[in-house]
Amino acid sequence: MAEDVSPFSHYPSRNDMSRRASRRFKEEAIRITLLVTATLSIVTTLGILVSLTGETLLFFTEVSIVEFLTETEWTPLFLVKKFGIWPLVTATALVAFIALAVAIPAGLLIAIYLSEFASPRVRDVIKPVLEVLAGVPTVVYGYFALTLVTPILQEFIPGLRIFNALSAGLVMGIMIVPMVASLSEDAIGAVPQALREGAYGLGATRFEVALQVVVPAALSGIVASAVLALSRAVGETMIVSIAAGQNPTFTLDPRVPIETMTAYIVQVSLGDTPYASLEYRTIFAVGTMLFFLTFAMNIFAHWFVRRFREEYD
Amino acid sequence: MAEETGTMERGKSAFAPNMQWRRVKSHFFVALGMLCVLLGIVTLVVLLVDVILQSAGWFDWQFFTSFDSRFPERAGIKAALFGTLYMMAFTMLMAVPIGIMSAVYLEEYASDNWFTQFIQINIANLAGVPSIVYGLLGLQVFVRWMEMGRSVLAGSCTMALLILPVIIVASREAIRAVPPSMREASFALGASKWETVRSHVLPYALPGMLTGAILAAARAIGETAPLITIGALTFVPFLPEHPLDRFTVLPIQIFNWVSRAQSEFHELAAAGIIVLLVVLIVLNSAAIYLRQRLRTRY
Repeated sequence: MAEDVSPFSHYPSRNDMSRRASRRFKEEAIRITLLVTATLSIVTTLGILVSLTGETLLFFTEVSIVEFLTETEWTPLFLVKKFGIWPLVTATALVAFIALAVAIPAGLLIAIYLSEFASPRVRDVIKPVLEVLAGVPTVVYGYFALTLVTPILQEFIPGLRIFNALSAGLVMGIMIVPMVASLSEDAIGAVPQALREGAYGLGATRFEVALQVVVPAALSGIVASAVLALSRAVGETMIVSIAAGQNPTFTLDPRVPIETMTAYIVQVSLGDTPYASLEYRTIFAVGTMLFFLTFAMNIFAHWFVRRFREEYD
Repeated sequence: MAEETGTMERGKSAFAPNMQWRRVKSHFFVALGMLCVLLGIVTLVVLLVDVILQSAGWFDWQFFTSFDSRFPERAGIKAALFGTLYMMAFTMLMAVPIGIMSAVYLEEYASDNWFTQFIQINIANLAGVPSIVYGLLGLQVFVRWMEMGRSVLAGSCTMALLILPVIIVASREAIRAVPPSMREASFALGASKWETVRSHVLPYALPGMLTGAILAAARAIGETAPLITIGALTFVPFLPEHPLDRFTVLPIQIFNWVSRAQSEFHELAAAGIIVLLVVLIVLNSAAIYLRQRLRTRY
């Protein structure tokens, strides 16, 4: 042992060389193993693309893509099958719109309030509440929408059915509030203090500083948070499956049962659909649409932040 | 001259501070912000109170030791609890080592080239993919191609992929928080890259990585949609004994009960929700505790 590493020998001994080689080999093996695990994320993406597009292409050998994208009736589980995706798309858009109508104003107001007005103590109370709200499983929100929010809304809104887009959308909005609040707060927090101080120095009130200086400076981040919220709303599944119904109706009436893209996938999955049947392939066609919609939104949000970020260095 | 006075006068009116109205606006805005915060708090309180009231009377020994049933008074969460435990064990066994190894590669080994950036962008995008799309991936790849069937194992693999980005991101942050001086000290003593990572970086990053893993587990326990998509059962009157057995989990059991018409089942669902929330609260408290410990250490 001692002879091997002797600092007096000019040439490494044979033993030393082979040890060094084996050590280098071990290091390289570990590096490659780690690299392979890191590459797994790319394999996952490829897996999603291949499994989605494979079945979707098979679907389009049986159903014309023109019918899929232009017809307004969706009845793949009936005897007379129609494959127009529009009822699912409008339903998804309707619920997402209601959710964002709650989540964006509320989330943005909370973000501005927390970063510009609230004292540190208030913030320490509110932030955990928001984190808890964000951590509640979606199936719980679905229960909440169906068994509590809908009956209450039925008191005020005549003609509101048990399954409806309104209640699902409102509850989904509350679910997304923490996400909008936290992303917007990050954007607002990145606005340099000097800008605020400049405005205060000119005699602006807190409100004016917040709305006319801070928000415009953080706008790129705020827009991105809104787009990410939309992506989240479009992909949300359990709330709409439980509370919005399973009737693919081509309507924008928030009081009646509808079926979103995600709820359709759940509906088919609950039945025992045989592999390689047309019904089986419809969920992949719908899933592909869902994937590319949300993917485009996520990419857009990240691009938007990079492109329109105000730099103050 | 006259024009100048005109400007002065106009300027005077434009500069009128009108402080009262501006303060009112400011107060109004604060009130609005607090109202929104209140909306969140009230929702949370109402939700909890409602679930507690609804589930009252349904908690007994029988609820934990029975399988699901057509009769609400005989139904329980035995299969769901066991299924959740079983699935989560496999999920964490797969996701945590792979996640940490990926994070180590990206933080300690990867050079800043296009391939590394591609992996990073890819992980960010994966975090934004709707969970139900992972369900479709699992259905096609694990259930069909790998012929795992609609089993615990297929569910675990799907969930592992779903929480992998969360674990990678958290682990990378934990590794980044280890001061470079630790590594330099190790290198100076002649340690190799891997020896440094194993004996210095990983031990110091461990609490942070554990926190991330626990939060990821909390996320996976509450997920429903991908497991429904791969075909986990909604009615399971048996315990899964083999990784290739069919199974159900707690959120699916809750979903099943919510979907039934009778209000007794809704009350059962509320009881199931309480169990689910208690599990999540325990996990999150553990994560907060670990985070606190980490903070005191540095």
